[in-house]
Amino acid sequence: MTTHPRPPDAADADALALQAPELQLMVLDVNGERHEVITEPRRTLVDVLRHELRLTGTHVGCEHGICGACTVLVDDRPVRACLMFAAQAEGARIRTVESLSAGSCGRPDELGDLQRAFRERHALQCGFCTPGFLMLAEGFLAERPDADREQIREVVAANLCRCTGYQPIVEAIEQCAAARRAARSDVRKEK
Amino acid sequence: MTRGEDGAREGEGRLIGRSVPRREDPRLLTGRGRFVDDIALPGTLHAQFVRSTVAHGEITAIDLSAVRAVPGVIAAFTAEDLAAGDIVAQLDRPPQEFVPTAMPVLARDRVRYVGEPVAIVVARDAYAAEDGVEAARVRYVVRPPVTSEAAALADDAPLVHAEAARNTLVDVELFATDGIDEVFATADRVVRVEARTGRQNALPLETRGAVAHWDDREEQLVLHTCTQVPHQVRTVASRCLHLAERAVRVVVPDMGGGFGLKCVVGREEIATAAAALRLRRPVKWIEDRKDALSASFLAREQHYDVRAAFDANGRILALDADVVCDMGAYSCYPFTAGIEPLMAAAEMPGVYTVPAYRVRGRAVATNKAPSAPYRGVSRPQYVMVMERLFERAARELDLDPVEIRRRNLITSFPYTGVNGITYDPGSYRESLDLCERTLRAEGWYEKRRTARAEGRHLGIGYACFSERTGYGSAAFAQRRMAVVPGFDLSEARMDPSGAVTVTTGTMSHGQSHETTLAQIVADELGLDIDKVRLHQGDTDRIAYGWGTFASRSAAIGGSAVRLAAGRLGDKLRALAAARWDVPVDRTALGRGEVFRRDDPDTAIGYVELAELAYLRADLLPKDIEPGLTATASFDVFNDGTFSNATHGTVVELAPDTGRVEILRYVCVEDCGVAINPQVVEGQCRGGIAQGIAGALFERVTYDAQGEPSATSFMDYKVPTAHEIPDVAIHHLQTPCAFTETGAKGAGEGGTIGAPAAVLNAVNDALRPTGVELDDTPITPETVHRALHRRHYQESTR
Repeated sequence: MTTHPRPPDAADADALALQAPELQLMVLDVNGERHEVITEPRRTLVDVLRHELRLTGTHVGCEHGICGACTVLVDDRPVRACLMFAAQAEGARIRTVESLSAGSCGRPDELGDLQRAFRERHALQCGFCTPGFLMLAEGFLAERPDADREQIREVVAANLCRCTGYQPIVEAIEQCAAARRAARSDVRKEK
Repeated sequence: MTRGEDGAREGEGRLIGRSVPRREDPRLLTGRGRFVDDIALPGTLHAQFVRSTVAHGEITAIDLSAVRAVPGVIAAFTAEDLAAGDIVAQLDRPPQEFVPTAMPVLARDRVRYVGEPVAIVVARDAYAAEDGVEAARVRYVVRPPVTSEAAALADDAPLVHAEAARNTLVDVELFATDGIDEVFATADRVVRVEARTGRQNALPLETRGAVAHWDDREEQLVLHTCTQVPHQVRTVASRCLHLAERAVRVVVPDMGGGFGLKCVVGREEIATAAAALRLRRPVKWIEDRKDALSASFLAREQHYDVRAAFDANGRILALDADVVCDMGAYSCYPFTAGIEPLMAAAEMPGVYTVPAYRVRGRAVATNKAPSAPYRGVSRPQYVMVMERLFERAARELDLDPVEIRRRNLITSFPYTGVNGITYDPGSYRESLDLCERTLRAEGWYEKRRTARAEGRHLGIGYACFSERTGYGSAAFAQRRMAVVPGFDLSEARMDPSGAVTVTTGTMSHGQSHETTLAQIVADELGLDIDKVRLHQGDTDRIAYGWGTFASRSAAIGGSAVRLAAGRLGDKLRALAAARWDVPVDRTALGRGEVFRRDDPDTAIGYVELAELAYLRADLLPKDIEPGLTATASFDVFNDGTFSNATHGTVVELAPDTGRVEILRYVCVEDCGVAINPQVVEGQCRGGIAQGIAGALFERVTYDAQGEPSATSFMDYKVPTAHEIPDVAIHHLQTPCAFTETGAKGAGEGGTIGAPAAVLNAVNDALRPTGVELDDTPITPETVHRALHRRHYQESTR
């Protein structure tokens, strides 16, 4: 007779039973708002954003840092919020998809330029990966406003989308970047 | 007068055929969508499953005492505790053709795959639930696992289900045209393709999940879950949990994709509901990616052995196919393990005039996570095999691969095939011609010539195929399913402000129904689309619906929606006609008004009529009931409607690394009337990406013990923007004669054509080497090995 190859040791389970998880006070700066959260230190940033702060726009697709659905900006840089403990984000500026539109009401006329480009290009279908791509692009374009299509494609390859085939996402980011460049050069001309 | 022209007054633009911006987008772009894990009911508990660590064995003991002692754990249940009924999918076929098997909600005495749920742990939060799972102790007597279709069919194979001899769940022999053996014996040329296709995960980016609670006031179990088939989940939940169907309400929030994986009923959502019933508290279960990859539903692992007979001119004379599908451990509800072999067997001749046909289709059980439909269902595989047969015949007969297809495509419609299916009109020949013309005009044939002269491996490949969509009750009944999907219902309701809510039994999970079905209603009523709201995904809002799968929603759901809106329009016209004291046929709809045909300037606005219907019922004529609601059903009573396409692609492969790079991809598609062309293109591109994934990248693998070896995205390669090329799409339109909008389905075609096109292009690139590859995925390793083997053979000759 063969049995379970790795039965958990009974003593381990008992030890586990005795340890109620400790709690920790964290102060997080999310979308310019200060939040105090009392939670377990083992909780990931994405879980705290979603379930403690109820900012559910950031999604969880794999919990091991590959799919990028949980991408947020931490001090302006795209970060996988599933790979970071919330406690590690204390003192940093965190931005989520909820910060991208002017009115935050989800009305079509309040969409930001990047969001509008995604809509115009049909760069989302089910919309589950979309917040991750938006934050990835937001962080990238801030750093590389002059990125060309190939560089954009390279960055888009950081995240997974199962619906669109990626082409519309690349096109949307390219369109947004071009519009921002045009707006900047207009401003320069006016000066 | 035909419908649709009703609403079209001069100067009024129709919305069908226009890329109307999606209604879904603003909330999804701002993080304000609501997916199942976004639902937070007060007091929610969190569930996770203790899962089998062995592929095959008997459970001798389940000890959950340590689980219950873990801080935060509220309860832990076994199958015995929950006493839920089994999920049973049935075909109405004799025992030699189909063996019914039951899938228990939690494993009772036997486990049949690694990851099978054995117990459910419910805790205060998701972290504590996982702590609880860690503390479970389950003992098994391990049995030898069955890990391939070949092993399953072996004489001395262990049995996955005692009742299924030789592990065979489905075994059908169909068509067997008289004299087919004679045709093969006397044909000028017989070619053979033997191919194996890799097991895949449909992989919606949102994993499965559910939130269940008991509502005392409604005396109802409310089950929020991300399913493509809400009413089917209701039916199964009510049966398994011994409740009246009325006492179950399934509510579907925004869904992060499905692709078929969510069009069957899973045991975990039923177990979550059972736990919520026991505890009378809300219980949430969100599947993690490891479980989604290894223990949800998989698909596509098939073995084909197919011969085709040709005459000297390259005309196909006969087709003889043996298809074995590895369906994993259980039959999925409602389709059964027959989903893949029955699809392949019925439809394999596809777009070609095949005069004689014989097929054996089998589903075998193995100790792997069960199979469910996945976008395309068998068609990506048999199209690949058919297209390989034509390529091989062309090569042997020294014909151009496009020309041999031309000689065999169906060109006269309706066409009734050797498989008994009648194909409605399509653009098979036109799509092939346009696709080839496009690649020629872009210079790819010259580029191939130049590349070959330079010793580079550049290849061009095509795939011609159709996609049966709009399967009505008649088509599903042919499969002899014990429950027969097919029709759909819709209710259209105008409120006193003149706004319309239309309810559908279909369930969008990325396909944009809130936009496309609203376009249909807006056109039908001559109403601003902003005044139309689609309601879906709530079993309390419509009596029944079959959900969204098999590319049925535009064709069938869209037709039901249009009929319901038309009947609502009839009521508006009747109200106005009574007011004017004229016959109803002297009225028409447009621009939010009912107007008189004989005097178009005389009109009554919908708002006024709606106020009359609800707020001034005292003024209604006796024969007109108050209120403005209408319902309709729609079904397809023939074999359904066939979308078609030709894909053409150019690849280059690097012989030193085996890497395949797609240089160009052209898709010429015809899905009848495209309600929203941008949405159709989105379906094509996304489908093609998934087809490429199957052709080149994705494979679920198991070791000899049945342990899944691809349990993270590190081991299961989902292609990114690096690997998926831009796709050029050309549209042809052959309207469907029997759907209400002329639309055919567009959901699966991309996925169906891409593997064949890519495989043919790779083989074309390999042509100078003499190597041919028929199995998928074609990974760098397989290319490299094949070339290396060839090189070795040549150097030792």
